[in-house]
Amino acid sequence: MTEHIQAFAFSRRGFLIGSGSAAIAVAFGTIANGTAEAAGSANIGTWITIADDGIVTIIAPASEMGQGTRTTLPLILAEDLDADWSKVRIVQAGASNELYGNPKFNNQQQTVGSYSVTGYYEKMRLAGAQARKVLLANAAAAWYVPVGELTTEPGVVVHAKSNRKIGYGELAKIATVPDPLPAVTKADLKPSSQFRLIGKDIGRVDVPSKVNGTAQYGMDVQLPGLLYGAVLYPDVQHEKPLQIDDTAAKAMKGVVKIVPLPFGVGVIAETVEGAMRAKEALKVSWSKTTPAQSYTEDKILAEYRALAEDWSKTGVDMVKKGDADAAIKGAAKVLAAEYFSDHVSHVCMEPLNATVRVSGDKVEVWSGSQAPVVMKILASIGAGTTPDKVTVNTMLLGGGFGRRSDGDDVMHATMLAKAADGRPVKMIWNRSDDMMNDKFRPLTAQRIEIGLDAKGDVVGWRHRIVNETYLGRVLPPPVFKAIGEHDEVSGGGGEMSYAVANHRVEWVRAARGVDVGAWRGIAAGYTKFAIETLVDELAAGKGMDPVAYRIAMLKDDLRAQAVVKTVADMARWGEQRQGRALGFAYSDALHSHTAAAVEISVDDKTGAITVHHIWAAVDAGLAVQPRNIEAQMRSAMVFGLGAALKEQIHIKDGVVQERNFDAYPVMRMSEIPPMDVKVISNDAEPTGIGEAGVPVIAPAIANAVAQLSGKRLRHLPMTPDRVKQALG
Amino acid sequence: MTSTSFTINGKTATVDAEPDTPLLWVVREHLKLTGTKFGCGAGLCGACTVHLDGKAVRSCQTQLSEVGGHNVTTIEGLSPDGAHPLQKAWVAEQVPQCGYCQSGQIMQAASLLKENAKPSRDQIIEHMDGNICRCGTYSQIIAAIESVARG
Repeated sequence: MTEHIQAFAFSRRGFLIGSGSAAIAVAFGTIANGTAEAAGSANIGTWITIADDGIVTIIAPASEMGQGTRTTLPLILAEDLDADWSKVRIVQAGASNELYGNPKFNNQQQTVGSYSVTGYYEKMRLAGAQARKVLLANAAAAWYVPVGELTTEPGVVVHAKSNRKIGYGELAKIATVPDPLPAVTKADLKPSSQFRLIGKDIGRVDVPSKVNGTAQYGMDVQLPGLLYGAVLYPDVQHEKPLQIDDTAAKAMKGVVKIVPLPFGVGVIAETVEGAMRAKEALKVSWSKTTPAQSYTEDKILAEYRALAEDWSKTGVDMVKKGDADAAIKGAAKVLAAEYFSDHVSHVCMEPLNATVRVSGDKVEVWSGSQAPVVMKILASIGAGTTPDKVTVNTMLLGGGFGRRSDGDDVMHATMLAKAADGRPVKMIWNRSDDMMNDKFRPLTAQRIEIGLDAKGDVVGWRHRIVNETYLGRVLPPPVFKAIGEHDEVSGGGGEMSYAVANHRVEWVRAARGVDVGAWRGIAAGYTKFAIETLVDELAAGKGMDPVAYRIAMLKDDLRAQAVVKTVADMARWGEQRQGRALGFAYSDALHSHTAAAVEISVDDKTGAITVHHIWAAVDAGLAVQPRNIEAQMRSAMVFGLGAALKEQIHIKDGVVQERNFDAYPVMRMSEIPPMDVKVISNDAEPTGIGEAGVPVIAPAIANAVAQLSGKRLRHLPMTPDRVKQALG
Repeated sequence: MTSTSFTINGKTATVDAEPDTPLLWVVREHLKLTGTKFGCGAGLCGACTVHLDGKAVRSCQTQLSEVGGHNVTTIEGLSPDGAHPLQKAWVAEQVPQCGYCQSGQIMQAASLLKENAKPSRDQIIEHMDGNICRCGTYSQIIAAIESVARG
């Protein structure tokens, strides 16, 4: 509690809290940016503006893709400012790591890895507290009373002794910035007993616009003179156009231009339907030179499996605790198992798109992205200019799930816009473009070997994860090298809260020419499948109940234990189910404790698994918006159900086979079981909630199937064919 | 290129476009009513659902030539002030997450309630099963429709 936040005055009407990349600018006046600029600080993005009419404008630094961040982050600041929430207006941030970077994500402005509340929480609370202190100091000076006699009610400073009140807007009219600014530490933060917003279920600010058609996604951008863009891509990612016959396309009405690109052929047209029609009329022959030409998932998975069991082929140490190799060598018994998971696709409901205008050396981008600064850089590359010439407008995201941080959409749209003579171009991918050019969750093979002593207790645990890299593709090579090629997205998720003294997790990068990406739940989406199903086998080996075994193995972690116990109680764990079985899983991924129990049955004839009920609990520290956390858990568990049971991308000779929702079914309403969710709140700093519900579902289902049939499922998704085969 | 006239949200619109242009693009990009969403272009997801003469249709599978002289209602026209009971219920239940599919969900649900003011849970699921929500807000959607059906 000794951390101080510094503040610097930049004008009579505004000041900066913190320094460098942690700075938050506060202004008193009417127009957010205008005020800061009037104060001679054009480069300071103003985070908080308290206007004369009492309206408090707060910047939302992270991207809203359904997880509620546009509400939650400003709300955290508003709590310690003691703002009147009905008078709070929220403005989406521009693109700047310096101004809006996530303090716990290397100061990058990226909405990824369930890091937003985790990363911005302390910064926003302290900023709110300091801005409030400045208001109190001004009121004290105006009324000639000691500041210690002042309190606040939402949007109002109160002097109870003299029965006086003044609104923040009234104060903003007369406010000056005290010199020195009042210091603020964690001790100045509002005690949780006085919270008015945190923990109280405030409605999400974006919801009303999402029920009447006014919400503005990237897809919805309309601009004067807007043109439409489409791109014909090769069937195999990264091949190049060789010969282009655009005679038919060019002759079509409304076609403005055909734009050969290094990765495809672009069409610019006056209408969206015209662009899409002309794209279909292009005749293009493609190169056949990329390694992906021979990519067929069964073949690749067999290669990955061989790599997983060949310990002489070393990889990157992701976890190294004790000496797992020696412990396993000296073990009385070794339990080993292999796990496989197929590619899955993001299929955001809003297909990727971007709108860009290139006029002279100025570039303006409208994009619903998870990484505005990445978009800025990629647009500058696409336009052949420098990032400082690029303005990025971050729109709402119609789903992100990890797909909307790559920026291939923005770069391609920029290259089209560059050919459009200053007119803006909205490039839209159709569903087939979106699926064929997805950055899939990596196809993955894993092998876990566990050394046991004579009593069946774990003495050593080693885990190998083999797949393609994500960070190695998106980071500049020197940066990837600087982090020791630790790819937490592809090769992470091997960490465990379980008490295992000798633990080694190794990630082996195996490039085969198909791009992979971050998919909701990232690596834990498959590592927890392996870990949590093996934990059930360990319990069985010791003749212990899986829940009791987990509690025993979580001996150092009371919060984890509480989550496990809560779910066991919710599910009435000990009770037998007629013709059905329960399965359990726990996850510490995405910085939160999560557990789920599922009740399932299996159709012996078809092999189809039916999930009848899910009980789950999450401890993500202090629950900032409990109802939203519950909604996120449900959402993530539905995502987890899809990945566990049905979602599967096939690639044959480099060609993605699934092109739409018919071939790639996602969970529908009729397939959703009842879900009971408990949100456990405590005083710990809040952690991630957008993804925490994903990793527990697949292992809980596999464990339930094992309870029912004695058969272990080790390949995701657990399709009826695979289940039938396992049942024999 | 032909000129087609129809009524949309109570107003007459005249659009110059090919007769086989999907109503989806006419609504979104010609008439700038962007509340109706493009999801799959193949009638598989329901994000583009609008009402044609009061019945829910997939606008991506409806051609401009089919709507001449007819009545189209989009999410923007479902109620004059966004206060259709379903819209209110959607806010009360905090249904939307990313929200992209929700215009289609609401339009689909509205057509159900028009025909059957008190649908059972099974009837709700049967009627709504063609509408995908990638955020998986299905249980909240059911709760919102049930709350309206209860009155």
